[in-house]
Parts: sequence; structure tokens; C-alpha cells
Amino acid sequence: MSSTLETINLPHLPSTMPVHVAVYRDVQNAPFLRQQLISGNSDFEYAFIDASMVLSRAHVSSAIFRAVNDYLNERLKSRNVHSEVVFSFSPTNNIADSFRKFGISDSTKDLLVVKVSVTPEITHDSVAAHLAQFVEGSPVPFNDETLSEIADIAKIKKAYKLGALPSAPAGQVNGAGSNDNMRLENSIIGAIALRGAT
Amino acid sequence: MSQEPYTPPPLPKPFTNTTPQPTLLTQGAEAHLYKTIHLNTNTPAALKIRPSKPYRHPILDRRLTRQRILQEARCLVKLVREGVNVPAVLALDWEGQGGENGNGGAWLLMEWIEGLVVRVVFERWEAFMKAFGGSLSEEELRKEEEKVRGLMRGIGSVVGGLHKAGVIHGDLTTSNLILRTGDVDTGAGESPAMQGDVVLIDFGLAGQSSSEEDRAVDLYVLERAFGSTHPQAEKFFEEVLDGYKDSYKGAAITLKRLQDVRMRGRKRSMIG
Repeated sequence: MSSTLETINLPHLPSTMPVHVAVYRDVQNAPFLRQQLISGNSDFEYAFIDASMVLSRAHVSSAIFRAVNDYLNERLKSRNVHSEVVFSFSPTNNIADSFRKFGISDSTKDLLVVKVSVTPEITHDSVAAHLAQFVEGSPVPFNDETLSEIADIAKIKKAYKLGALPSAPAGQVNGAGSNDNMRLENSIIGAIALRGAT
Repeated sequence: MSQEPYTPPPLPKPFTNTTPQPTLLTQGAEAHLYKTIHLNTNTPAALKIRPSKPYRHPILDRRLTRQRILQEARCLVKLVREGVNVPAVLALDWEGQGGENGNGGAWLLMEWIEGLVVRVVFERWEAFMKAFGGSLSEEELRKEEEKVRGLMRGIGSVVGGLHKAGVIHGDLTTSNLILRTGDVDTGAGESPAMQGDVVLIDFGLAGQSSSEEDRAVDLYVLERAFGSTHPQAEKFFEEVLDGYKDSYKGAAITLKRLQDVRMRGRKRSMIG
């Protein structure tokens, strides 16, 4: 199985702390992966996101950026930076609720995995090897095209309470609908940035 | 007195890591504006930093900074949702670094809007008209006027959209409007391009309000700004109000109120 794990250096974050992102379709062992999280198996310290709740690369990057920035400033609300990535997708302050909405569930078929290199031992190769061994699914590239095929726009809008926003017709990436897509994306990114503001 | 070169305050975390370093664009009394990147090196972004003010009590300082940066971000996010042309909020930190013991600075990272500030567009136009206006044919003059009218209407309708969404800008001037022109940039000797979306920027003094008084004051401030900075273009200000009129239901009432505000000025009397 060829690896499609992408390693990204997000601007503003320390270059010693790259993030690794992979997307899988037709995942067969979601219950097993979820069980590892629940049992607190430290080998499985990942952010496992239900990819149908993901709109785009910018969406994912914004959530990661928020989580890592909060990590660097020592104000995590959840157990570690990986659970914080899942929580960072949420527009609300309820951690359990954010895992229900955005995290992996037993029925998850499309999965987005995020791992932050919080220690030097976590490298592209170590993450790629571990995921290849334990995730049963087809790796696909982490890009807007794949993500838009997987995304469940109606569910995403509901989670961010953006139901009133106009929707571009499904499958339309450019043209008349792109303005609506940008508006949805920017509204979501704004909600992520503002979470917890009182 | 020796002039020391100005050094802006150190960047807050995490922007100390950023390569290339953010470049300082402008500085006001409350904030510094930098140009930087976001998410990938090809996406430009605007970074607004509100440094802490050492002369204020630390607790008060943190509270004010936090309140103001949040107010600005909330207005922007609301307007993005409503589809009004404003820069999107990309990331935000209202606590700044260090939390309780830190310096309290806060920052707001926004979408970069490519284009010219409307003030510059009008300055160029006025310079062009001064130099060549006399040699234009009647037909060309009419075309020039039509261009300005079009831009004025665009300004009116974006301000209308803002008010419709329940937000007041608080500092409407032609420096806080950007004409998103794409790649069209005309040279000094030409009449500037005026097609494109008008985008509202700098919500540092913005707030949420739907009162016709606040809305009318917003328009009044803009009208005065035109009067003092663009005497040539001022005569087309009616077009702003015209563009505004059709943008939402309560616009007519606001325009009526504007007449009262003109009579007495921005501040209401403190009687009663």
C-alpha cells in the first residue's frame, strides 16, 4: 500500500513541529480504532476525524492551527494536542459533543488522521508505518478534490449552525458556486477561531 | 534630539516562528498591521496585533484588549456569514501570549484583500482630471463621471449590506474601503480603473446595532470624509445614498435620519 501521508509545516508554527495528515476511504476497522482511543492506548494518540465532516484543506488546517497554538500557549481544554485537534473543529465548548460530531464513530467509513510531531521521535516515516499497519482502508490524497467528494455538506452546515447559507450544487468546484463555497468555508473558519469567546 | 529608528514591539507567539517575517504596514494608536502568510506560503494574510499598553493597569489592559479584538472579530465573522464583502477571520488569539503573566497583547489574522484603497483611487482620479480633464471631449467626460458614479453606488450598497446585517462600522472613511480590482493596475497618467467589489476593512471601532441613529451617523461620517478628502468627487456622493437606498428595507428611514444628523453633527446633544 503506497503511503499518502502528507507532512505539512504550517506557517507560524515551529518548524520542529510538523503535522502529518492522511485520508482513508472505505475504512473497515473504525470500531477498533475508536476503541484504542477510548482505552487510552498511547500508541494511538491521533486525531481521528470523520472525514464526512470536513469541508476542505483550509478547514482542517485552521482546526490544527488553533489546537497547536493553544498547545504552545499551554491552554489545552482537553487531554492532549490530538484530542484538542478534534475539539478545535467544534464551534462550541462541549468536548464530548465535539467528539460525537467530528470524531471517529463505529460507522465511520471515511477517515481523516492528524498527528502532530510533539516529540522528535514522531516522524513522517514512523507515522506512515504505524498507520499502514493499523488502518484498514484505502489511502487517498489529502486535497480539496477528494475532501469535497467525501464531505456531507448538509451535516457540516448543521454542526456549525449555518443552515441558512446558500449551497453550491454538489460536485461543482468552480464557477457560480465557488463564491458560496468560499462563504461557507470562511464562516466555518471564523467559527473555529471564535470558539470559546465570551 | 536624536531620531532613533522606530522598532515595533516584538511579535507575539507564534509569529516569532514565521518565515519570512511579517512586514509592518501601518501602525495606529491601538494596533499594528502586518502583512504575512497563512496556511501555505502562497496565501497572503493581514495580521492585526493589539499590543498591550504598559501605562494601563494589567487587568484593565487585558480586559480592554480582549473586548476590542473580540468585538472586531465577531463583527467580521457575522458579516462573512451574511455575505457582506469584508475580510474573513482566519485565526484569532484574544489572550495573547502568557495568559495571566504575559504582556496581554492579542492578535487577529485576516484574509488579505488585494486592491487599492478607495482614497487612492479617488486621489488618482482627481489628479488625472486636474491634468487632463480640460482636454477631454464631452463624451469622455461623461464616461469618467459614469465610472465615479458606479463606484459610489458600489460603496453605498456595501454599506447598506453592512447595516442590513446589523453592524455599524464606526469609522467609515475612504481609507477603510478597498476596491478589489483583480490585477488591473493603471499607471499614474491614466484614469484609474473603478470596476470591482468594494470591500470594507478595519472594524476596530465597529459594533452591533440596528438603530437608525447609529446607521445615519455612519453615513454622515462617510459623507464628511468625502467632503474633506475628495472635493472633486464629493458632488457624486448622492450616488452613495442612492446605492444605499435599495440595499435594505429600513434604508429610507435611515436616510431621513441622516438629514437630522447633518443639521446637528455626529454627536447628539446631552440634554435629557
